[in-house]
Amino acid sequence: MPHNANPLSKMELSVAVLVSVGRHPLTARARRADHDARAVEMALSLGNANVQLIHAGDNGAPSEEALRSYLGMGLGEISLIKQSLGADVLPALAAWLRDAAPHLVLTGTRAETGEGSGLVPYMLAEILGWPVISGLAQVESIEGGIATVLQALPRGKRRRLRIRLPAIATVDSSAPVARQNAFGPARRGEFATRTCASAIDELQAQWSEQPARKRPKRLKIVKSASARDRFKAAAAKADSGGGQLLSDVTPEQGAEAIFTLLKGEDVLG
Amino acid sequence: MLETLLPILIFTALALAVIGAVRRIRLWRQGRPSRVNLLKGLVALPRRYLVDLHHVVGRDKMISNTHVATAGGFVAAAMLMILVHGLGIANPLLGGLLLLASASMFVGSLFVARRRINPPARLSKGPWMRLPKSLMAFSLGVFLITLPTVGLLPEGLLEGSGGWLLALVLAGVVAWGLGEMFFGMTWGGPMKHAFAGALHLAFHRRAERFSTKKGGTGRSTGLKALNLEDETAPLGVEKPADFTWNQLLGFDACVQCGRCEAVCPAFAAGQPLNPKKLIQDMVVGMAGGSDAAYAGSPYPGKPVGEHAGSPHGPIVALEGKTLVDAETLWSCTTCRACVEECPMMIEHVDAIVDMRRHLTLERGKTPNKGAEVLDNLIATDNPGGFDPGSRLNWAADLNLPLMADLKQVDVLLWLGDGAFDMRNQRTLRALVKVLRAAEVDFAVLGNEERDSGDVARRLGDEATFQSLAKRNIATLAKYRFLQIVTCDPHSFHVLSNEYGDFLQEGQGGPDFNANYKVRHHSTFIAELYDAGRLTFAPWKGGSVTYHDPCYLGRYNGEYEAPRRVLKALGIEVKEMERSGFRSRCCGGGGGAPITDIPGERRIPDMRMNDVKESGAELVAVGCPQCTAMLEGVVDASAKVRDIAELVADALVECPVGNASGESRRPAATTTAEEVIV
Repeated sequence: MPHNANPLSKMELSVAVLVSVGRHPLTARARRADHDARAVEMALSLGNANVQLIHAGDNGAPSEEALRSYLGMGLGEISLIKQSLGADVLPALAAWLRDAAPHLVLTGTRAETGEGSGLVPYMLAEILGWPVISGLAQVESIEGGIATVLQALPRGKRRRLRIRLPAIATVDSSAPVARQNAFGPARRGEFATRTCASAIDELQAQWSEQPARKRPKRLKIVKSASARDRFKAAAAKADSGGGQLLSDVTPEQGAEAIFTLLKGEDVLG
Repeated sequence: MLETLLPILIFTALALAVIGAVRRIRLWRQGRPSRVNLLKGLVALPRRYLVDLHHVVGRDKMISNTHVATAGGFVAAAMLMILVHGLGIANPLLGGLLLLASASMFVGSLFVARRRINPPARLSKGPWMRLPKSLMAFSLGVFLITLPTVGLLPEGLLEGSGGWLLALVLAGVVAWGLGEMFFGMTWGGPMKHAFAGALHLAFHRRAERFSTKKGGTGRSTGLKALNLEDETAPLGVEKPADFTWNQLLGFDACVQCGRCEAVCPAFAAGQPLNPKKLIQDMVVGMAGGSDAAYAGSPYPGKPVGEHAGSPHGPIVALEGKTLVDAETLWSCTTCRACVEECPMMIEHVDAIVDMRRHLTLERGKTPNKGAEVLDNLIATDNPGGFDPGSRLNWAADLNLPLMADLKQVDVLLWLGDGAFDMRNQRTLRALVKVLRAAEVDFAVLGNEERDSGDVARRLGDEATFQSLAKRNIATLAKYRFLQIVTCDPHSFHVLSNEYGDFLQEGQGGPDFNANYKVRHHSTFIAELYDAGRLTFAPWKGGSVTYHDPCYLGRYNGEYEAPRRVLKALGIEVKEMERSGFRSRCCGGGGGAPITDIPGERRIPDMRMNDVKESGAELVAVGCPQCTAMLEGVVDASAKVRDIAELVADALVECPVGNASGESRRPAATTTAEEVIV
């Protein structure tokens, strides 16, 4: 946390972190979601920021324990917006964020349970009319309502962005690992519960769910003549040859290009 | 003149001692309550001192005899002096006894003084260096002032101007002695150990560790449970006042002999821990102040004088330095070598785990891989984060009987987390082979088994430990078995000594509501051999030594069975210099490999060096942690084999009619049905 010693000194920055109930990949036990926990870590490492946690959803016993493990990172309270099972949490979250008006909203890239589409931050940004940034790796400074941040790109690349606040940022595994969840603070932490009308997600209600299957991996055929070749093959960047960079095109042209690609890859018939 | 001066001196010193005692007791009473039967403790005190404590002190005959002469002489001389010189009962018999006592004390103090010439590094210097002189002053002074009483000196000697001077000098010497022995005893001088030590023995937090006339086991090694139900109770120890009062009293009993320091593996490895300094730091914290006055070996790499604390201030600072640095607490391997050696019966490991509990449960500051391991234990019930459904994968071809199918067996084989470790899987396979050869009726829990909670507890995560313990107990309660056998001494210790606090009605070992009857595999194999159920081919390998695992030896007192098994294999064990209760830790206990505090050397390297010095080509072990740690040593001179592997390799078909039963007892075969019905 050496980078954020003073940049936020002028006024107290308020940060809201949207947290969800995670699910362990091996045992399916409820837990704090890894990306969301990293978002909390990011918020806590902003120095003097006022951090609020928000969870919207149905709060059964296992999920209470999972939510408490966010409190175990050293927070006193979590705002809980009660929603019925299967409700669309977007309206409730949007209403809460409008009320609370935080400067920055952090959340994981995608949830570990439920739809897990990763669309919540984008749709919230659309509703609120705020900018959204994905893959936040580090907040460098916040001055005069503008945040300078580093965005994580594949292969360890970083891109410096300046974004106008309020904004929404998502955090993925390129952000620092979340701190330990301590039993004492987790047990003492409180839930500030508020109820909000649940918007039934009619679309989702029509879906049927089934456990995901592992997607088959594309075989990487290495024709190795020497150890050097094998090393190069292992260390090489994923081959992005044949790609196409489109800029300054109309949405229709873009969609056409994607459609062609999908057809070419036999994704679409 | 002395007749008037002496009573004044004696009673002033006594009065000051009483005031000091009250102040000292108030320091201890800052601690949290702890239920102790005060009267019973005081009654048991002489036995605890003369039997249990002397058992430890007696390991060093020279010092033991020195102490008997000095302390015995002092106690007798002090009592008699109060009678003879304080109250003026100038009875020649009493006077004679007083001469005898002070002479004995003087002889003892000569030996104390001899030990202070070029003292070993483990001994504290400072005020302790003046102690032999003070002892001599007291004994000599008392001896001389008593000579006239018994008429051995002409009465007139102390009269006249020369006599006056002599009397004054004598009074001065006696005053010095009284100052050290009476005043210093309760005001924090070296003699504090006698006052605090006696009360510490009487009010010890683990009364069960002392033997009784009926022959108690005298072992109490399970950690004390935290009450997690009570949300107001502190989670571990944050500040010195969070210790119980009798723990604080125990710290005050330390004589700074440094026996703990001499055996501490972390200290030897140059990690920042010295058990003696830690106890002294707790004393500093209890009284408030800085550690600058400490005159012993520091924590390696940490100069003395930079740390300070107060009874109600944090022991480990959130930022900067207070009393103790966190890495000091995390260096401990919980091997209990210090507790085993401590002549004052101080419980170092309890204190360290208490402080770790605060760091983990309240601050979430378990260092290095600690947080990851604890997360894994919560999410997957094993420290490695493996799929709990794969616990039995190593035995896919062994067709192991499951408890879930059989419900009732003689022996429940507890696998431990070694089931996920490829090295330990070889041990487990060997053990299964042995059990099958002896036709033992056994089964495993399979995927129903969870980590025993050992690592979680020693990393301070009492909540995760209790959660694992309660679920394991509930699983065990579903089945019937006579005993649990395991090749993991850590599981052994936790199951047999630490689960007892969480057993509910109808849960527990074969006789319900009691601790589980757990056997280490070496004990069980020794029993099988004695019963004539195993036959071994003669040993053809080279020389062998045996490494005692801490959790089998010091924690559970099992030193004999592994050696019996090795003997049965035809192996003559070449003992290492440090073996048995003095065995040196492999460095794998207490979560030390997880918290991984850097030092100058590695503990397992030092242990393998011990093996090398013994000249053995193979070291037999009985613990998955020890195997992993010792096998991780590069360029080792000896191979590492678990006892189960050695036994499995030596197995031969049992001859019909069980011919080879010369020294063996007949089998005591009880089946599960007989006992449980």
